[in-house]
Amino acid sequence: MNEAGRLLEIKDLYVQFSVYGGKLHVLNGVDFFMYPGEKVGLVGETGCGKTTTMKAILRVLPSPPAVIPHGDIVFDGQDIMRMKEENLSRVRGRGISMIFQDPTAALNPVFTIGEQLEAVIKHSAPPGKSPTGPEIHQQAVNALKEVSLADPERLLHNYPVQLSGGMRQRVCIAMALAANPKLLIADEPGTSLDVTIQDQVLRLLRRLVEEHDTSVILITHTLGIVRETTNRVYVMYAGTMVETAATEKLFSQPLHPYTQGLISTVPRLSGGGIASGIPGRIPDYRNPPTGCRFHPRCPHVMDICRQKKPPNYQIDAEHSVACFLYEKDGSANPQKETGQQ
Amino acid sequence: MTEDILTVSNLKKHFVIGHTGRFSKRKPITVKAVDGVTFSVHEGETIGLVGESGSGKSTVAYIAIGMYQPTSGSIRFRGQELFQDKNKRPRHLRKAIQIVYQDPGSSLNPRQNIKQILEMPLRIHQPNANHLEQIVYLLEIVGLPPEYMYKYPRMLSGGEKQIVSIARALATDPSMVILDEPTSALDVSVQAKTINLLLDLQKEFQLSYVFITHDLSLMRNVSSRVAIMYLGKICEVAETIDFFRNPLHPYTQMLLSSIPVVTEEEEELKPKKVISTGEIPSPVNVPSGCSFHSRCPFVMDICRQVDPVMVEAEPGHKVRCHLFTQPAPVSVAGPG
Repeated sequence: MNEAGRLLEIKDLYVQFSVYGGKLHVLNGVDFFMYPGEKVGLVGETGCGKTTTMKAILRVLPSPPAVIPHGDIVFDGQDIMRMKEENLSRVRGRGISMIFQDPTAALNPVFTIGEQLEAVIKHSAPPGKSPTGPEIHQQAVNALKEVSLADPERLLHNYPVQLSGGMRQRVCIAMALAANPKLLIADEPGTSLDVTIQDQVLRLLRRLVEEHDTSVILITHTLGIVRETTNRVYVMYAGTMVETAATEKLFSQPLHPYTQGLISTVPRLSGGGIASGIPGRIPDYRNPPTGCRFHPRCPHVMDICRQKKPPNYQIDAEHSVACFLYEKDGSANPQKETGQQ
Repeated sequence: MTEDILTVSNLKKHFVIGHTGRFSKRKPITVKAVDGVTFSVHEGETIGLVGESGSGKSTVAYIAIGMYQPTSGSIRFRGQELFQDKNKRPRHLRKAIQIVYQDPGSSLNPRQNIKQILEMPLRIHQPNANHLEQIVYLLEIVGLPPEYMYKYPRMLSGGEKQIVSIARALATDPSMVILDEPTSALDVSVQAKTINLLLDLQKEFQLSYVFITHDLSLMRNVSSRVAIMYLGKICEVAETIDFFRNPLHPYTQMLLSSIPVVTEEEEELKPKKVISTGEIPSPVNVPSGCSFHSRCPFVMDICRQVDPVMVEAEPGHKVRCHLFTQPAPVSVAGPG
């Protein structure tokens, strides 16, 4: 795999928040890349820095309190970190757009669906090609039809409160795709919905990104959704990417102790009881553990883990893991220590 | 035959949410949140109550703890009617049924410390006992150190707050605990710890659980029987093993087919023929006949007109669907 064709690349990104009584060292050297057309999952517990990473990509982290002392973000050949604000607004929308967890909070309650959707279409048009009113309206109707909403003409005049949760999330998807972005970031798109509605929304999302040939980053803590939607997964823990692999590989052969713990705690439809879970909890970012940040919770902790941050060990072309357990055997014996708890 | 600790029969709760028309044409608009629910909880078991939001599962729970007065029907605890006296439930019955709410962030008073939170039920139900000793004991059985007494809810993580709610529910020494989505606000690794604690406590104190959730994978692993609710009615009740081996109701199949799973083995358990369509209708305008007919892939003419009755399709496996009420070809008509 060459580095040139990458759609998005994050290198050694650090983010800190200055708060009363010190600094929160949230992102601790995040490395991430994706190629055009990839559907990448990003998983981890609440507070792992998933959303912070995505906000950094869009440069929407409020500063202060956020400080980015170090790191590079390159999207589609453009250096996001050094970009001017006016150019950024072109990246947001036509380059990258986002679907949020809670569609109720993402839509403005005092404007109709039509006003909000048409604004997106109007402002995301390429420069010099501003569409006329009827064109915008027609595009809005088409956008709602595309997300399988019945009677779009009437819906355009409705306010968000008049729609159900599932319909609102469909509207958000329509808005996110209206500008035909290269990259779509979906932040827990089904979490606030019922399981049958979540299934419908995710199936819709999968169909649309296929049709539009959009690249996707799916953030979630529901591992099942990642398995059904993505082709590669990043596992994040306390501000670092601890493992990445092709989705199937990650579920069949998780290497990092954190990934193993995470997968084993998911209750299975086939029964077998509830696993004991990962002991401890996400560290306090004011005083994060030294070395590997997972070491206080790790069942395989060694001396070196307390002293040094583990580098990424490349196991095979698509599988890399940041854990000293794989220091020696690299690609030799990935089966080692993978027994589920 | 196991004894029933809770027997719910034809329970209804209708809420009046407004009126239409004026003067002589004035009519109440009612939401039929619970509309004829019948089930029982055996002594010492965990029954799972599953359904989408708006299906009425929490309303059933709130009636059981006495927060709401039912519109009609009966709910009996060890044979004793819970709503004999219109307004006042005897204290010993209130003490016996406790609840753990979904969101520990809003069910614990932020201005009370853990000691005060746990002391409240003790003061009401055992006014003469040594509360301090009991609070330490309560914290001990849920695995929290005694110094947590002087912490406030905001100083605890989500999982610890939920554990405090569990300790509070146990303070009155109940026989039955209603768990209203106790882990849906928690991360999966914290969920595992909380569920294991609940299962340990059940064994130790012979508790009966009504476990309300929308997560069928979790249900598979904690409950012995499952009841599925849709729009205020129960559409299927079965032993957990039978239920997952042979889900009968089309809605149940839709629910099962929608679950995201992590292994190939689980993928095989998901029904393939039913895929999720439509949304749960508003409980103000419940569809005629079978309330699920608007989303059902196997809808027949009769479903639009007649509400099906509960039938026992296999021993201990009841389902409320016209596909199974036809006398003759039950096995042929069965979907999936």
